[in-house]
Amino acid sequence: MIGEGIQSSNQRRHSFVKDHVEVGFFTDPSVCIGCKACEVACKEWNHVPDDGFTWSGNSYDNTGHLGASTWRHVMFLEQDRQKGNQVVGAHSLGDGDGEDPFRWVFLSDVCKHCEDAGCLEACPTGAIVRTEVGSVLVQNDVCNGCGYCVVSCPFGVIDRRPEPLPDAGGAFKCTFCYDRQKSGLVPACAKVCPTESIVFGRLDDLRVRGAERVRQLQQKGYTDAQLYDPTETSVRGIHAFFLILGEPEAYGLPPKPQVPTIYLKSAWTSAFATAIGSFIATLLAFAFFS
Amino acid sequence: MTNDRPSEERLEQLREKAWKNGVVAGRGVDVAGGPIPRKPGYYGEPVVRPPVWTREIGLYFFIGGIGGMSAVIASVAILFHHLDLIRAAMWLAAIATILSPILLIMDLGRPRLFLNMLRVFKHQSAMSMGAWILSGFGTCTVPALIAVELHFHHVFGGTMGQLVRIAAGIFIFGSALFGMLLATYTGVLIGATVIPAWFLHRVLLPIHFGTAGLGSAAAWLELIGHRIPALNAIGYYAATVETALLFWLSINKHGTADRAIHEHGSGWLIRIGEILNGPLALILRLFGLVPFAAISFLIGALVSRFGWIAVGRVSGADPEAVFAAERL
Repeated sequence: MIGEGIQSSNQRRHSFVKDHVEVGFFTDPSVCIGCKACEVACKEWNHVPDDGFTWSGNSYDNTGHLGASTWRHVMFLEQDRQKGNQVVGAHSLGDGDGEDPFRWVFLSDVCKHCEDAGCLEACPTGAIVRTEVGSVLVQNDVCNGCGYCVVSCPFGVIDRRPEPLPDAGGAFKCTFCYDRQKSGLVPACAKVCPTESIVFGRLDDLRVRGAERVRQLQQKGYTDAQLYDPTETSVRGIHAFFLILGEPEAYGLPPKPQVPTIYLKSAWTSAFATAIGSFIATLLAFAFFS
Repeated sequence: MTNDRPSEERLEQLREKAWKNGVVAGRGVDVAGGPIPRKPGYYGEPVVRPPVWTREIGLYFFIGGIGGMSAVIASVAILFHHLDLIRAAMWLAAIATILSPILLIMDLGRPRLFLNMLRVFKHQSAMSMGAWILSGFGTCTVPALIAVELHFHHVFGGTMGQLVRIAAGIFIFGSALFGMLLATYTGVLIGATVIPAWFLHRVLLPIHFGTAGLGSAAAWLELIGHRIPALNAIGYYAATVETALLFWLSINKHGTADRAIHEHGSGWLIRIGEILNGPLALILRLFGLVPFAAISFLIGALVSRFGWIAVGRVSGADPEAVFAAERL
């Protein structure tokens, strides 16, 4: 819990890989301070190249979105809504009576490590695998850069790294710091998070903790606090889930993400029917016009 | 300097407006980002990723479609003893089976690792199935062509000649089997993705790609001199189906979710392609202008393949389309 300091699960060694325990990230924007330590730690530990030094003009977010070279991304949302019981003062824009709600929300986005992962299903080389801890991992030396995972991820996370960056051509995304986890270490982003907005731990523990945090926030007046964990759709839940204030759309999160394998049945039926139909049409054409 | 007064008034106006509304719109100023962003989603950032595929893929869809369906035509031509047509169709299939993997490998991010495609067999990945279908097609088509040529030039006589003839038949049927899947699986490939304009039309896509492949194969064979009524009939069939698909596409609209098909440059590519290989090819054929109908169909089939790739790029980059598709 918050305030646990070095006693927290973010700072303890573990043996989840050895014990085959499902792990997860719980990311809570209500305590995020937007410091971007997670982005920096991720880049430094994993040797991820820069995202291109562009200035977006979108609040303090110049990272933009997750991608081949962006595995953690701190979002900066500016909304005309109240944050909990927070009252905005008379100095804000508007008529000056304090009735001008405004809030700034930060959320550190990451690969969701889906229960039913579109990228993993789509990968034709077997480069993308499921690890002992339930995370989804791209094996860089196997990936041949076909790009099919890119259009199969319902969250737009995985992407192909363009030239001239190092390791260009392959698909990249968050590894859940699998290398660190194998050594009993916590993922770099969770390790550095100063407010424990990112919490790493056993998935079942985190789910309980997330639900508890939502209850706590709602009691404190954050009436629009909810968990973002699409267990009801074909994705069947995510290993890196979030607490969000307001609607998922505002965070660029799909409200009802679907794993694209659910479309296979109707598409293949159509393909087989067309194949047989074309053969029969050709047969008839020759039979009647020869 | 002479115009001091009006510009000062204008600045006063702007200050007034800023105070009242909190935001001032003006020419050349993007107010969508501030103070509260008004773009849909998260600053208008894409929710899913648009495809990274280059133009080789559109060309591959076109060539693979022709090659696959040529083998189908060849297999039927066996039953009706059109030896010249079998030869021409199998040459077409063989050229396609050489070009297709080259185009696919060029499109890979790491072409040197192309063999990793055959590391696993995954029925739930249309890309994996496609790699195996293309491999099977090549494995049948090349020996089929060799057998057909050996038979045509009477290289062997007697029992050996008979064996060559039988082998040609078997390989051509194998080639046709893989070929009809090669021409249609591409529709599944892009239909079973998270791109809204693609997955919403996942039933139409294999029909369109397969039929465009069949019509293109017939059109190509007609253009190289095989002006027989059977190919003309296939031409009629393909153009009729494509015309029906054009109607289906204009009726089966999903609003914002698949607007990439009806708006933007991508929408125009689809429309031009569908008109060329649908109604226009049909009308030209009705007037007996077979070569023109064939050319119209081929161009239409090529343009619409590029159109569907362009649609994927536009639709994947459109957050509103993703949200709208999930609300359907």
